[in-house]
Amino acid sequence: MNDLLNQLELVGDWLTSSQQWRGDDGIPHRLLEHLTYSGLSLLFAAVIGLALGLLVGHTGRGAFAVATLANLARAIPTFGLVVLVVTLAGLSTTPVLVALVALAVPPILINTFEGVHGVDPDTRDAAKGMGMTGWEVLLKVEVPMALPLILLGLRVAAIQVVATATVAAYPGLGGLGRFIVDGLSRNDYELVIGGSAVVVALALVVQAVFTALRRAVVSPGLRAAATKS
Amino acid sequence: MIKFDAVSKNYPNGTTAVDALSLELAEGGITVLVGPSGCGKTTTLRMVNRMVEPSAGTVSLRGRDIREVAAPELRRGIGYVIQHAGLFPHRTILDNVATVPLLLGWGRKKARKRAAELLELVGLPATMAKRYPYQLSGGQQQRVGVARALGADPPVLLMDEPFSAVDPIVRGELQAEFLRLQKELHKTIVFVTHDIDEAIKLGDNIAVFRTGGRLAQFDTPERLLAHPADDFVAGFVGQDRGIRRLSFVQASGLPLREGPVLPVTASVAAARALDEPWVLAVDAARRPLGWAAVAGLPVGGTLADVQLAPLGHTFSLAGDSARAALDAALLSPSRLAVGVDAEGAVAGVADAYELSAAMTETTTVTPATADTPATADAAVAPGATPGAAEAGEPAGEPGEPGEPGNRPVDGGAGAGGPRVTGPAGAKGGEGR
Amino acid sequence: MRDGEPLVRWVWIGDHLGELAHYTGVHLRLGLLPVLFGLIISVPLGMLCHRWRWVYPPTLTAANVLYSIPSLALFMIFVRYTGLTERTVMIPLTLYTLSVLVPNVVDGLASVPDPVRQAATAMGFGTVRRVVQVELPIAVPVVVAGVRVAAVSSISLVAVGQLIGQGGLGYYITRGLQLDFPTPIITATVLIMLLALATDALLVLAQRLLTPWARGKGAKA
Repeated sequence: MNDLLNQLELVGDWLTSSQQWRGDDGIPHRLLEHLTYSGLSLLFAAVIGLALGLLVGHTGRGAFAVATLANLARAIPTFGLVVLVVTLAGLSTTPVLVALVALAVPPILINTFEGVHGVDPDTRDAAKGMGMTGWEVLLKVEVPMALPLILLGLRVAAIQVVATATVAAYPGLGGLGRFIVDGLSRNDYELVIGGSAVVVALALVVQAVFTALRRAVVSPGLRAAATKS
Repeated sequence: MIKFDAVSKNYPNGTTAVDALSLELAEGGITVLVGPSGCGKTTTLRMVNRMVEPSAGTVSLRGRDIREVAAPELRRGIGYVIQHAGLFPHRTILDNVATVPLLLGWGRKKARKRAAELLELVGLPATMAKRYPYQLSGGQQQRVGVARALGADPPVLLMDEPFSAVDPIVRGELQAEFLRLQKELHKTIVFVTHDIDEAIKLGDNIAVFRTGGRLAQFDTPERLLAHPADDFVAGFVGQDRGIRRLSFVQASGLPLREGPVLPVTASVAAARALDEPWVLAVDAARRPLGWAAVAGLPVGGTLADVQLAPLGHTFSLAGDSARAALDAALLSPSRLAVGVDAEGAVAGVADAYELSAAMTETTTVTPATADTPATADAAVAPGATPGAAEAGEPAGEPGEPGEPGNRPVDGGAGAGGPRVTGPAGAKGGEGR
Repeated sequence: MRDGEPLVRWVWIGDHLGELAHYTGVHLRLGLLPVLFGLIISVPLGMLCHRWRWVYPPTLTAANVLYSIPSLALFMIFVRYTGLTERTVMIPLTLYTLSVLVPNVVDGLASVPDPVRQAATAMGFGTVRRVVQVELPIAVPVVVAGVRVAAVSSISLVAVGQLIGQGGLGYYITRGLQLDFPTPIITATVLIMLLALATDALLVLAQRLLTPWARGKGAKA
């Protein structure tokens, strides 16, 4: 217990020292880097994953390929992939971003697919029978009903990207992982634990953002049904 | 109204769902497609709104090949109700019902107003409007399904086993409600079920399908029961079709005799003088009070002093069927059925032998069903909502014979002889 | 990468077979023990959530929050207490499995048809016997589906542990970077993927043997 307080004190000291809030090595700059990496790759991954997931889910074609891809993707060690990209392509941002996008697409793709594909056939039949066109069925019925799973996919992808962007500091990239990796190499525990605290805070914010998003966009008719089952 | 012309549906795996079907469905009536599973009845239904495209032949709606209209546009003009309602779980009840008006671009306010009217029409309280489907029972969801199908006031309604997923009591309620609605709206309805009882109860005309997608018989319910086309149809309608047929015979034509009817003020001695085993005590307005067993009567006094045995049930000459009359005879302590007129006064009595003798003579039938008592219909008619008023399809005027949409409400007590309404199946033999 | 360096020097792999086998063993231990521990925690926790529904939402939220914390940060927090040991890698990995395993145990128990549960009670099973002999076996397919996801993720995450010196095959990833030599990185990355996929396949096989009645239904992942 004492030790925990001790650790919190270290974090507090580190966070309050003014040098952490300035310059290229300061928290704001590192946080901005981290958010840029994560945000950009998540955005690209969402465009690709949503488009493909909706297409496959709506038409039912390519379901097996999607499931296989998702399974394979989960097995890729993100650390290995990032280090490999830096070794092969040199230390620049773009190749690492490509790797992050590649890691984030599968969870978005598979969950979007599952969400759309899993819409009750009766509901889809009723929608068509009432005279909805293919697009209307997709946008007015399938997407709203798939939203809980689509958001789950985006959340998993976001967590994945934030975590991998942290690890990407090891082969030399910026972002919040820098504090931890530099702290480790300098044997500066205050830096390590301070950096970790900022990373944890960012993760919690991401989690909270998705919880709020779910509240805001998922229909109460679906939320209640989901907690009931 | 809806015409199938040599329509077939074959699937690539070699199965034939519907085989060279020719059928013409009258406007403003309920046509029930019935048959065992795999007989093609649902496929037939789904070909009307192009949810299934025929492999051969043409389906036309009001003389127009349905392929001339784009499928979504066609479907917006046809109501569609399915077994589990298929409500949108992410939309409120009100918005579910407003779906088709919104698709037609009515504007949100007008669409919601229309939806609220429809909820009232199907008997759902306004408090349900803001709820979501998971908060409703199966029966309520099904009502919403019907309301949603009526959204744009389509002249045609397709219903695919709409009541089969609910329990028997709720199903009975929904069926009665459905017949009441139809009396207001006069839609042209195609109704699929595997339940022959439901078919007989609801249908103005019934198409019986056999496995392999072939039409076995297309007829009015009473003719189906009286003259099944072959052993398959006879087997499908069931062994008790003789009894069930009585549902279509009006009780008003049955011969009744005065029998042992006495005012409750009559003396015990007067009862004995009739020389009958039972006497029926009636009040001053001739309304029946109960049976008295003559053997158990006290020495003196009037019938008012006697403990009367309960009546069982009586049958009304103003709306009940011969089936209800026979049932009343079988359940009565005296074995005599008591027939009452529209005011509830005793018109006479008859025993089961007398009734059955009359019934076997009855060869003419009418499309009334015993299950829609006149009182229920009368109670509802004034409550017609604006939605229902707009729904004035040019179905037959009330009283016009031969129009399957009109069920005789008034059996015409004392009119003498069963009322004969020409069976809507003038084209009844078609497709056989 | 140096000019002329091939992607993979096969000779290097041939020279390091023994060492690779050793690190593969370590990697499997670091990746799979957390799944076992996770299961030991999740089964009773899931049963608790199934029995008292109000326990479930907060438990699930807690598990999800833990899962959202990047592994590198979580390792660093535990280093303080457990040092640069295997435990420091395994504890966070165990915590991560909970976000998959707990909901799958709950869903698995919920997948037991009500008539089956009532029939068991009617036949005189006590609560404990009923849960152990009837409900848990029926829940196995759904639970195994969760175990598969947890095992695959866990095996691929172990490599990050190399930053505190405990990463199994992750050793070759940092080594390759330091030497600017892609062969060990590629070898380790591919090996880790193969381990994950092989484990997944074995779990599918194990489930088929364990639950012959569920064959053909195909448990959903």
